Amino acid sequence: MSAARFIPAFLRPKTSGDLARLGVMVALLALILFGALRYDNFLSSFNILSFLRYNAMFALIALGMCFVIITGGIDLSVGGVAALASVVSAFASPYGWAAGLAAGMAAGLAFGVLNGIMITQMRIQPFIATLAAMLASYGTALLLADNQSVSVSYDTAFTMLGQDDILGFPIPAWIALAAYILGWIFLERLPAGRHVLAVGDGEATALLMGLKVRRTVFSVYAVSGLLAGLAGTVLAAQFGAGQPTEGVGWELFAIASVVVGGTLLSGGAGSVGATLAGVLLLGMVFNVLNFENGLGWISLSAYWQSVIRGLFLLVVVVLQAKIAARPEEQG
Amino acid sequence: MLLSMQDISKSFAGVAALRSATLDVADGEIMALVGQNGAGKSTLIKILTGAYKVETGRIAFNGRDVTFTSPADSQAAGIATIYQEINLAAQRSVAENIYLAREPRRFGLLDHRRMREGARRVLEAFHLDIDVDRPVASFNAATRQMVAIARSVEQNAKLLIMDEPTSSLDEREVSILFDTIRTLQARGVAVIFIGHRLDELYAICNRVTIMRDGQTVAVSAMQDISKMELVRHMLGRELAAFEALSKSAEGHEERPVRLELEAAGSGTRVRQVDLTVREGEISGLAGLLGSGRSETARIIFGMDRLERGSLRVGGQARTYTEPADAIADGIGLVSEDRKVDGIIPDMSIRENMTLALLPKLRKAGVINRARQDEIVQRFITALRIKCASPDQPIKELSGGNQQKVLLARWLCTDPKVLIVDEPTRGIDIGAKSEILKLLRQLADEGLSVLMISSELEELLAAADRITVLSDGASVAVLPRSAMSEKALLAAMAHQGE
Repeated sequence: MSAARFIPAFLRPKTSGDLARLGVMVALLALILFGALRYDNFLSSFNILSFLRYNAMFALIALGMCFVIITGGIDLSVGGVAALASVVSAFASPYGWAAGLAAGMAAGLAFGVLNGIMITQMRIQPFIATLAAMLASYGTALLLADNQSVSVSYDTAFTMLGQDDILGFPIPAWIALAAYILGWIFLERLPAGRHVLAVGDGEATALLMGLKVRRTVFSVYAVSGLLAGLAGTVLAAQFGAGQPTEGVGWELFAIASVVVGGTLLSGGAGSVGATLAGVLLLGMVFNVLNFENGLGWISLSAYWQSVIRGLFLLVVVVLQAKIAARPEEQG
Repeated sequence: MLLSMQDISKSFAGVAALRSATLDVADGEIMALVGQNGAGKSTLIKILTGAYKVETGRIAFNGRDVTFTSPADSQAAGIATIYQEINLAAQRSVAENIYLAREPRRFGLLDHRRMREGARRVLEAFHLDIDVDRPVASFNAATRQMVAIARSVEQNAKLLIMDEPTSSLDEREVSILFDTIRTLQARGVAVIFIGHRLDELYAICNRVTIMRDGQTVAVSAMQDISKMELVRHMLGRELAAFEALSKSAEGHEERPVRLELEAAGSGTRVRQVDLTVREGEISGLAGLLGSGRSETARIIFGMDRLERGSLRVGGQARTYTEPADAIADGIGLVSEDRKVDGIIPDMSIRENMTLALLPKLRKAGVINRARQDEIVQRFITALRIKCASPDQPIKELSGGNQQKVLLARWLCTDPKVLIVDEPTRGIDIGAKSEILKLLRQLADEGLSVLMISSELEELLAAADRITVLSDGASVAVLPRSAMSEKALLAAMAHQGE
């Protein structure tokens, strides 16, 4: 109680969820501080920019996942959809960057809409519906690409979507930033966004309060597909090729980021800002491990890195569960 | 009339839930809606709000014929409902909940300031000064309810339906709620108040509509009907009398006490219950809905913790922490709702019957099929369960035969005390007296039966002694010599002084 007095009112946590979200910000800052003090080039512009360029894709996918999870659902298809979108945008890239971008996003949206229809109209569990979509999207990507990566056209400006900078910052980072600002406005400032939260709190209740539950649920899957499509397009532009085998495990990374950001898997609470912090935090753990290897004292294989990331995630989630379990005041 | 529902009928899977029910509510009046479980109150309300489709009948609201197809529909017309479980988005703020689905906007964006100020203003009218930015979940039930009411006011509801609004409130909160309801009434809002605590109905309501068996059986001004009459209308009486049932032999009052509750209490639903069950008798437990009958059974069976008073079984003080403890002492419970916590519909009669016995049927870890068959066959014969074979799924049996299988489930564990909660609910009249005869036969063989029932005829016919509960406390014990419909009604109408 005493410490809370020194925090300005608008930042003061009102719920245990706020506390958890505050926690991820603190953890992120602490890790940045740790890296800055320990490694020479940690805060070099090269490291920062390549970090942002690479993690922008995950940020896009995590944003869509955040909305889906707030409604109490899950979208396992985002990795596959991103892989498909990278292939589709690579095929469309000879017709200009806009064509590539539109094609990739359209492919993503198509799968998002498909998920939405399966879940709201056919009443299939989100886990099953999006699992089916994941298999279907990988399959389609491999078929279209004939089991190989598809080179993008270098005659058009398509690759700038992944490789160029504006005002010194990578374009993927700008795209992700724009998506997060729009996402924040949607969730915090538009009635439709608040309805997403209310639906996640309890569908039956939301229905009784007069909300259009199906439409809301449908739209979060459509948006998640769209953002996965966007991420896939950025992927193709960044690596110069559509990658039908890329994207494996992205959905898990996205789910982990969202959960680390304090969004409840049971739905009803979540934050766009904390999701971004979650993405950055998990990306940063990778980055720090790379630097640690670079010091030359230890050499962690990719397997060990994976184990360490898993342990880190476990610690964060357990800490959050402890915070969330604290009884709240009665008023 | 603000609301007029005429000739409303509705059935589910061929079973009539409403048969030509009627409900009229005048402008600005507080109408009590009462009836036992299954009387049709909630079905009627769900039809009114559009949650169920109306089959036959006419609904007029605010001078127009209406058919609502969804809760959103009826809300738009000015009907707000506050359900028992208070349907609000628990993690959203108070202000958001009041405006959800009708948010004030500014340039298309949410106008948080107007929402906050509006919420504060509405709540002020009910003398509630709370932080409207905090999530609803952080407030207690009474405050949440007030927020739900504020929401309906903000939506300009003309009719407010409240489903057992006092069930989770303490006395002080109830009086605040009643003040709120009177404030609403002064603003011209009509209220349908569903409840079963008679004192509360007399304190707040203008008129009462009484339902039984899907029909409206009486409508009266509150001051023109006595409590006893009201209860009589609610409970009614079975037209076909039970076949004369024999009772325990004289002198059963001298038999040893097998189970005894003294000043038992748990939570707010059971305050102070004294209860005795002797060897070889049927002890009846009566009381209106919400009087704490089933909750008392839950204490005895170890589902709820005994917090006050004492429970003695076979003369020894006991506190059970889980049903397994009670079962070990030879106590069985056939619960009120067969479908929810009784039968496993798709499993066979054999499996349903021997579920509680399985641990004892094991032989080297494997179920001893021969012994299982023997037991199942014996009870099918003894209880005259009508079935094609023991392997028939239980869901294919009639209600009466399902109940017999459940009785057999406990009987084959050889219990000393069997609690039966509404043993004849949903069973046709012929099967009812068969179940009662069966219980009598078991009692004669030495079993102690605690029978909970809302059917007076049934209690009067079968029980050797009836303990009457009211508002969580035992208020009367009727020995056989003092048993009459009149005495029972009088005891049940008694409300905590």
